[in-house]
Amino acid sequence: MKRLSTEIAIIGAGPAGLCAAIEASKLGAKVTLIDENALPGGQLFKQIHKFFGSKEHLAGVRGYEIGTRLLEELEKSDAEVMLSGTAYGLFRDMTIGVVQKTNHYAIQAKKIILAAGGKENYMDFPGSTLPGVMGAGAAQTMINVNRVLPGRHVVMLGSGNVGLIVSYQLMQAGACVEALVEAAPAIGGYGVHAGKIRRAGVPILTSHTIKEVYGDGKVEGVIIAEVDEKFRVIEGTERAIAADTVCLAVGLNPMTELAHMAGCGFTFLPALGGHVPLHDDNMETTVPGIYVAGDITGVEEASSAMEEGKLAGIAAAASLGYLDQEKAKELKDEVQVRLSALRTGAFGEKRQTAKTEQMARMAAFLQEKGGRRP
Amino acid sequence: MEDDLRVMNHPILGDLPEKKMVTIYYQGQPILAREGEPIAAALLAAGIKAFRKTVHRHEPRGVFCAIGRCTDCMMIVNGKPNVRTCVTFVEDGMQLEPQDGYGRRKVDGGDAK
Ligand SMILES: Cc1cc2nc3c(=O)[nH]c(=O)nc-3n(C[C@H](O)[C@H](O)[C@H](O)COP(=O)(O)OP(=O)(O)OC[C@H]3O[C@@H](n4cnc5c(N)ncnc54)[C@H](O)[C@@H]3O)c2cc1C
Ligand code: FES
Repeated sequence: MKRLSTEIAIIGAGPAGLCAAIEASKLGAKVTLIDENALPGGQLFKQIHKFFGSKEHLAGVRGYEIGTRLLEELEKSDAEVMLSGTAYGLFRDMTIGVVQKTNHYAIQAKKIILAAGGKENYMDFPGSTLPGVMGAGAAQTMINVNRVLPGRHVVMLGSGNVGLIVSYQLMQAGACVEALVEAAPAIGGYGVHAGKIRRAGVPILTSHTIKEVYGDGKVEGVIIAEVDEKFRVIEGTERAIAADTVCLAVGLNPMTELAHMAGCGFTFLPALGGHVPLHDDNMETTVPGIYVAGDITGVEEASSAMEEGKLAGIAAAASLGYLDQEKAKELKDEVQVRLSALRTGAFGEKRQTAKTEQMARMAAFLQEKGGRRP
Repeated sequence: MEDDLRVMNHPILGDLPEKKMVTIYYQGQPILAREGEPIAAALLAAGIKAFRKTVHRHEPRGVFCAIGRCTDCMMIVNGKPNVRTCVTFVEDGMQLEPQDGYGRRKVDGGDAK
């Protein structure tokens, strides 16, 4: 085992971790960025759609282009990057255990930023484990990063933005989306995205669900059915759709294992994907020196993950004395303004409300316990 | 082998860049793979969908998350079990066996189960 030491260790090189690393190292801190993938970027390089928001949010730029820009900035920075390295554990003395191929490292850090991202939810129904049933994000990874179609005839479940965007991207890659099935009476995502796939002729079946997926050892077809207002299947409305792939776009949940291991306090907020580590407006958790950023703090989108990453990077560098409180506040306020702008509109507001509630619970936690606990 | 599962042309990403091809072996059968791609991508491109069988009911499983988080794509790779094929890259001559249950490390001359 090799021992290394650094000032700020960041776990996860997705948009959140990349921005944290760039920001903190720009301010002068010694940064080590760890990712278990062979390539940095997290989920960014599979996002080939144009981003929303304002110019500061890089609206109109496609996700993978943003990824390329971030990697260029990272390259220019002094941050040390450790790829193909899985952080398997956090220890009480701020040491991270990392396995890289056959090498084993213990990395001691003054501050740790957890930016491990999120993972896709699963949904249970007969046949849901058959090969060919996968997360919508998995299909997105296959077509846009690996350039392989997981199948040719797809049924998508879920009409949130991920379901809508990935349906369109599957068509761009040459697959046929046979239907988009949504249990709610109305689509969940933006009208712009829904319009694109509707115009392409994809039937969007609201108040419908997947009753069953069938096939011998792999997906061969899907039985869909209408549901009533209580989401119960209406008998007699079943029909079969021939398909070789079923994509589940039923939400994501934060990857919180490392935060649990570190002893961080948690709270449950369904609007953010479930259990999230409590944190303050510096992104610092209930454990002193451990910060969080991106999907691990509650599932949002790449734009907000980048801003949270910057915030954590600035706060961690400031706590090490790399900038004075006044300058730090100025930089953090700028980020907060952009973050609030991202959390507007029908979808953003729900997240904003949940984030505000999160802050209140963090404050209550600190008051009750009399501060942070290592 | 269904070659056309590869996305050759793409309206945004452009044509699939030329890559050196390597050969991997799935249950002894040769499959052409693009250098540097994950094993799971090469298998899906070849139309192979079932990667492992579950411990108790021996039900087939295939790629679910494609980012190394669910373990449904584990296989025995060069004799080593529990390899997540969606985040492990192909190498020329790689031997792949679907994994039934927990899988055991293949010792010289022994069976990988
Ligand atoms: C498959 C998928 C597809 C998505 N598609 C979209 C989309 O099209 N549009 C959209 O707006 N949002 C999408 N999202 C939602 C997501 O909110 C953001 O796009 C964004 O990528 C989140 O950034 P992040 O940095 O928090 O996490 P990620 O981008 O997920 O990055 C986390 C990184 O941490 C690394 N990591 C995790 N654990 C460890 C560990 N223990 N050791 C070392 N490294 C570790 C991972 O390898 C990964 O690179 C998607 C999410 C997923 C999971
Ligand atoms: S498909 Fe989930 S770990 Fe590989």
